[in-house]
Amino acid sequence: MGDWLSQNGLLLGLATLDGLSYAAAVFMVAVGLNLVFGVLRILNIAHGSLYAIGGYAAASLSLFLSSRGLPEWLSLPALVVAAALVGVLLGPVIERLLLRRVEGQEPVLQLLVTFALFMVLEDLQKLVWGVQPVVSDTPVRLLGNVEIPFGADTIPFTAYQLFVLPGIALLTLVGLAWFLRRTLAGRMIVAVTEDREAARAMGIDAAKVTLLTFTAGAALAALGGALASPVASLVPGVGAQTIVLSFAVVATAGLGRVEGAAVTALLIGLGRAFAVYFEPELEVVVPYIIMVLVLLIRPQGLFGTPETRRI
Amino acid sequence: MVAKIVAPPALSQPGSGHVLGPVTRRAALLGAMGGVGSLALAGRSAQAQASKPAEIKVGIATFLSGPSSVFGVPGRQAAEMLFDELNEAGGIGGVKVRPIFVDEGPGVDHFVGEYRRLVQSENVNLIFAGISSADCLACAPLSDEMKRPTLLWDCGTQRIFEDGKYEYAFRTQANATPEVLSALLYLLRAKPDFRSIAVVNQDYAWGRDSWDIFRTGLQALKPGVRVAAELFPRFGATDFSTEITRLLALRPDVVLSTTWGGDLDAFIRQSFDRKLFERSTFVLPLAESSLERVGKSLPAGHIIGARGDHWFLHPSPRDPALLARFTENYRKRFNTYPIYSTHHMAQAVFAMKAAYEKAIAAKGGAWPTDAELAAAFKGLEFPSLTGSVRIREDGQGLEDQLIGTTLHTDKYPFAVMTDMVVFPAASVTAPVGQKSLDWLKTLKPDMVQALPQPVAYKP
Repeated sequence: MGDWLSQNGLLLGLATLDGLSYAAAVFMVAVGLNLVFGVLRILNIAHGSLYAIGGYAAASLSLFLSSRGLPEWLSLPALVVAAALVGVLLGPVIERLLLRRVEGQEPVLQLLVTFALFMVLEDLQKLVWGVQPVVSDTPVRLLGNVEIPFGADTIPFTAYQLFVLPGIALLTLVGLAWFLRRTLAGRMIVAVTEDREAARAMGIDAAKVTLLTFTAGAALAALGGALASPVASLVPGVGAQTIVLSFAVVATAGLGRVEGAAVTALLIGLGRAFAVYFEPELEVVVPYIIMVLVLLIRPQGLFGTPETRRI
Repeated sequence: MVAKIVAPPALSQPGSGHVLGPVTRRAALLGAMGGVGSLALAGRSAQAQASKPAEIKVGIATFLSGPSSVFGVPGRQAAEMLFDELNEAGGIGGVKVRPIFVDEGPGVDHFVGEYRRLVQSENVNLIFAGISSADCLACAPLSDEMKRPTLLWDCGTQRIFEDGKYEYAFRTQANATPEVLSALLYLLRAKPDFRSIAVVNQDYAWGRDSWDIFRTGLQALKPGVRVAAELFPRFGATDFSTEITRLLALRPDVVLSTTWGGDLDAFIRQSFDRKLFERSTFVLPLAESSLERVGKSLPAGHIIGARGDHWFLHPSPRDPALLARFTENYRKRFNTYPIYSTHHMAQAVFAMKAAYEKAIAAKGGAWPTDAELAAAFKGLEFPSLTGSVRIREDGQGLEDQLIGTTLHTDKYPFAVMTDMVVFPAASVTAPVGQKSLDWLKTLKPDMVQALPQPVAYKP
């Protein structure tokens, strides 16, 4: 073991950096879905579409700014602005027009409604952005590279990958935890998450909380896509691929648990990175191996709590 | 003969083709009945088509949704343009042609139902199918069962005609073996001293099969090369940062990737951002389709291919005016340069026209049956946009392969190819009756010395 560590210590270091960066991206994708499920108890398949639209919107805004000759640094706040716009414009519409109508209905109906929405939004993306890959990598180029020592060599990482992605993920985690625990609105969300009927009895406007939460969840999904847009190429189908990984994270974390999403994302990010370095054939299945192992031991997920079935 | 390319209408004509939706109840029912019904229908159809039809209906399977639509939609666009031009020029034998598009996106089971529906319900005269190798593997036996001529217009797997024999299925382009082998041969001549290689391919059939072909050829032509890493990120991956770090640490002489579409764009951009192109020579057999999108992110000095000999700046097209007209018309209509899938679609259209004309001539001007049309495809030689293609007796198309090295010029905001080599199809394709992997093992290193001379880019 000691020999292996001395031979591979440097590689482990590199893998850890890669893993943290990937974990940040995974967390940003999954946290919104987790939040929405906690309050609405609906597995929103259209979450993947919101991620994709956030990415497309951010890339479009960044390209628009470039085409107008505006300063490049504006492409960084443009990521957040695009995500917020998508969340604010689409979130309330989806919640009011669709999800509210299936509240309390059979889960299969809710799934079908969000799946139908996903299909509609997929076609909408193709209508607006076409089928050719879209990317705007100005933020990555703007921030440049950081050289990480590797023996006598150095390995270039992008500052965006090393600092921006993990930084925003950390800010999101801390901000959400603070918001949910320290603010009145956050506590109302937690109350509705724990027991909707009791919260209503206490005078909380559950409908308003639901609207607020779904909008925030939509904005977080869009932010995940926006943050991915400077490095990823956005193509039709990116939303579908995202939603599968998000479900794995949410199921592993425990439905509705934000901190659980962070820990799970970290497990998946590091697990995948170590797989690429030491057992590449496992790379694709690592998230699902982790999910299966966790659910075998804790069926309610890492941070979930067992619930008594309500009659 | 080739369809006369005339200026297309400014806008896509409504009704020139339509996309069919998901499986209908009728389609599902027909699909279930297909095994029984097809024989009767095939007999009826064979008789009916002995007389000149009012129109030639062509079912075209392509990806209109999902990641593969980066190839599928340009393929559809090329079909719409070429069908319009064909009809403006009088159609085939005086009969207009009409495309009916179906989406390969939902998967192979859906596609099989759509194939049966196209034959039994739409009564199409021919089918072009498809981009997915799985769809081609599924429809080749169906074409014989339903006795409907089927052109495999873009799929890559070499297994179709190596593992089976078909009377009604024909491929109007090359397969994975020449596409990958030509890139390997080019590498061996351009960089003969490389000692290590790493592969980053998508984790699905094409990524795995193309690596098998490359590796088998490499072991025969240059034994002893060290494989530093075999990485297969998931299909549709958007983040290659971990793979890139691994490659930066390993420093292989060569990085091979047969990745395509958005995955390839992301891989190129991320590799450029992290200076991987400065440490290793890249071999990207499908990068022609990404050139315009990745722009300057793909630096000079790396090896790229185009799944055939097609490129809008081909060094020696057989009919330069034809290629120039197609490129210009396509750019005018769709505001982008045509990529290889548009060339593949053009080849299917040209093959269809040539086969009909051959069959009609063989029948003294009478309209051919399905069987007579299918027979006309065997041994058919037809023009492509850059050269010509011949369909062998086993149904496999022989198409030359163009490989080159990237170069940046002032004329284009993206890389072009220089030091281009056009590999004659027969020299890089497994002979009839031989399986590709067995044939590749028989190759000798001196094969590299016999390659055609490279041609430099001419501004």
